[in-house]
Amino acid sequence: MQQTPQNPPASIVPEPIRSGIDLRINGKQFRHTGDPELPLLWYLRDVLRLTGCKYGCDDASCGACSVLVDGKLERACTLAMQDLDGHEVTTVEGLAARDGTLHPVQQAWIDEDAILCGYCQPGQIIAAVDLLSRKPRPSDKDIDGIGNLCRCGSYPRIRRAIKRASKAVQGKAK
Amino acid sequence: MKHSHDAGRRRFLKVFGAATGALVVGLPAYGWVPDELLGQNLVRLGPYVRIEPDGTTVIGSRDPEVGQGIRTAEARILAEELDADWTRVIVEPLDLGVTAVGGDPHWTLGHQMASGSTSIPAAWNDLRVVGAAARELLARAAAERWKTTIGNVRTVRGVAIAADGRTLGYGELAHAASQLQPAGSAPAPKLPSQYVLIGQDAGDVDARDIVTGVQRYAIDEWFGDVLVAVITRCPWAGGGLARLDDRATLKVKGVEKVMTIPAPDPARAPGTQQLAAGVAVLATDTWAALQGVARLDVEWQPGHGIPEGDAALGKAAGAAMAGDPTKAVRTDGDFADALERARHKFKAEYRIATVAHADLEPPGALVRVDHQQALIIAPVQNPRATYETVRRLTGLAPDKIEVRLPRTGGGFGRFLESDYVAEAVMLAKAAGKAIKLMWTRGDAFTHDLYRPFSVHALEACADRHKALTGWSHRIASTSRLAGREPRSRWWLSEMHPDDPPAGLIGNLQYAWYALDSALPRGSYRASSHAVNAFATECFLDEIAQALKQDALAFRLALLGEPRKLPYRGHGGPVLDTGRLAWVLRLAADAIGWSKPHTQGHGFGLACHFTFGGYVAHAMEVSMKGNRLVIHNAVCAADIGRVVNPLGARAVLAGGTLDGLSTALRQRITVGKDGRIAQQGFDEYPLATMAQMPHDVQVILVPSQESPAGAFAMGVPSAAPALANAIFAGTTVRVHQMPIWPELMRLL
Repeated sequence: MQQTPQNPPASIVPEPIRSGIDLRINGKQFRHTGDPELPLLWYLRDVLRLTGCKYGCDDASCGACSVLVDGKLERACTLAMQDLDGHEVTTVEGLAARDGTLHPVQQAWIDEDAILCGYCQPGQIIAAVDLLSRKPRPSDKDIDGIGNLCRCGSYPRIRRAIKRASKAVQGKAK
Repeated sequence: MKHSHDAGRRRFLKVFGAATGALVVGLPAYGWVPDELLGQNLVRLGPYVRIEPDGTTVIGSRDPEVGQGIRTAEARILAEELDADWTRVIVEPLDLGVTAVGGDPHWTLGHQMASGSTSIPAAWNDLRVVGAAARELLARAAAERWKTTIGNVRTVRGVAIAADGRTLGYGELAHAASQLQPAGSAPAPKLPSQYVLIGQDAGDVDARDIVTGVQRYAIDEWFGDVLVAVITRCPWAGGGLARLDDRATLKVKGVEKVMTIPAPDPARAPGTQQLAAGVAVLATDTWAALQGVARLDVEWQPGHGIPEGDAALGKAAGAAMAGDPTKAVRTDGDFADALERARHKFKAEYRIATVAHADLEPPGALVRVDHQQALIIAPVQNPRATYETVRRLTGLAPDKIEVRLPRTGGGFGRFLESDYVAEAVMLAKAAGKAIKLMWTRGDAFTHDLYRPFSVHALEACADRHKALTGWSHRIASTSRLAGREPRSRWWLSEMHPDDPPAGLIGNLQYAWYALDSALPRGSYRASSHAVNAFATECFLDEIAQALKQDALAFRLALLGEPRKLPYRGHGGPVLDTGRLAWVLRLAADAIGWSKPHTQGHGFGLACHFTFGGYVAHAMEVSMKGNRLVIHNAVCAADIGRVVNPLGARAVLAGGTLDGLSTALRQRITVGKDGRIAQQGFDEYPLATMAQMPHDVQVILVPSQESPAGAFAMGVPSAAPALANAIFAGTTVRVHQMPIWPELMRLL
């Protein structure tokens, strides 16, 4: 059967090339075309379904939504998409290598069994990655600077996990 | 139990040869009635154990995982008796097990609740049997294959081994085993000396998923055609809507509907229905719903009962305690007479603020409801209660309601309630759409079922040998059972008649006074133990100090010779004073109680018996300017046999920190207008890492007793040990929780 070429009906007007907020998340390019004030938290969770970034509060006080923006620690709940144009976001889902090898901080968390309910741990891990990138051998006081909240009381194991990860990274560097 | 135990044993398990050739074993749990655990297919995990032909062993965990490590511990118990290869074990959460029997729900999986540290004791009873039964079938299948007797087959790490050394993996035996009839009686569980998994450390089975961010909590689940709902609620439980203008809301892109939720029925128990009237914004995504709520123009009017602040409740407590108690909880001897004749007399009053749950995962629910069935995915600690709420609201047949049990971001008692599930179900029914209900942090603080406020009036007396001869503890509190149970039973959640020092002092009275409050109350980690132990253990310290007695020696003398005292409450039937004394000694030794103390450092001790667990805490603190430094923290625990020491230590150390965090700074306050003042973590400060000790040394007492659980046990004695250490270091005695604001006032 022969198909006759058809023109689109006149009611359909081609959309202009859409502009939006271009950013990279865990190494992949994304363009956000919705509300520029949308907090990154909801872009990750509701649009991309990257739910490792947890909702815990709306005022950056708990740290459950911690992410890295250009390698620096940020809280996704108070970060608007319009401020992320051209930036690189790393979430907890983006820490492991593509072959599944865990980031040394993730491995340290498992090795120290720093879990309990686990809800705050993705944010704690991101905060630890940030700390170790600034202070490869953090003191207890440096670790105290992490303000992420844990209701279950996993802090002692988080502290041990950070020290273990620090050693693992040092060992690799040698 | 009324059912014939023998009859039950004959039918004690169900075995299914699944189409895939897997061996599937389940256990009829409650009342020894056999149940279909698998249902008609293998689509969803139904049974406790499934062994695939490739040897993969899937173990179903039935209790909600709230951070207590139950998934890991239950799987370890079962795997131990199964002689499973732990490296081949996959743990999957089970749904609420329910079928319809004569139009009524019938629970098929036994204990399914995270409350009162009961999951492990129940699992210990049930799951060892399941594991042993599955192992017996596999061994029997191997014996038949080798034409020998089962006595000539042993099992090790997922392999059956014949006397001559031949081996068959469980995967190879699964199909044959699934064709066998189970034995007429339950095989005997292992002797403890045979354990290879129980008592050994096991990391959390969900750890990898958690650290990679792929673990799904209820808040992370989603349906394709769902509307996200965010609700703004009336600040007063009894109040209602006065005015609503939703025009601006409906202009928000993504907002689809605005709906109202009526005020709760005052005749119905709190926690089984919405906590307050509300206006819900339904939208395509969370941000749109949040913006819609922000643009609502709503006025609320108060109804009956405006919540009162702790100051007003304190006044009410004074008035109540001037009269007769609502319940004389315990009366031994004659306290008034003892007081009159005593050489030394002591008196103190302690006051405990209302606190909120502050789970990191807020309440919320993802529900799909139609006229045929309902699916509920929510953080739940008491799935049967959630189920009953859904059944009442939907009228669905008993087997048409599916309640899933995702890992929860905390719990602490908040998710024993199903108010938020009720909201989601009501919205889903009314909107005719699946609903994902999101609570904000502010919602979670302003609409909680809070831990009750209480005032503790303590009096005691001692003879010339400095031995206690009389003790009176009177509590006025806003019982969490109000509105749920008849008034005559309200005291049951507030005061325990056999808690120490009951049974240790001849003349003793415990009395409870009811305080009314319009603020909803609910269960909280360790419940009133966390509160009453503070008053008791701090007061004991005050007395020891006044009598110039060493706080450890004084407590040990009070506990006396090791003996078993009757204990009627949860954790009974006995309280062993020797076990309590032993953990106290261990904690004191570990902190260096009898060694020279660093100048300026204060040492404190406390102990408590909670739900069958014996725990003592020791703390070493100092004040560095306006900063409290907790140099050392010890938690010594005798919680019976420990299934997973790594998990138990995590939970006991966590309970210690949670107890300290709650005691130091947490407080819910109510404004003059009856509104909760706290809306975020800035106003309701959980302890940060910097404020907590670097480590908690957890000492587990080796024990042959049955496991008692661990989740609540780390909390009650932590705060009094801290307050006692603060006194030792500063000579300031804090009579309040939260401790910190009062300490700052007194220093």
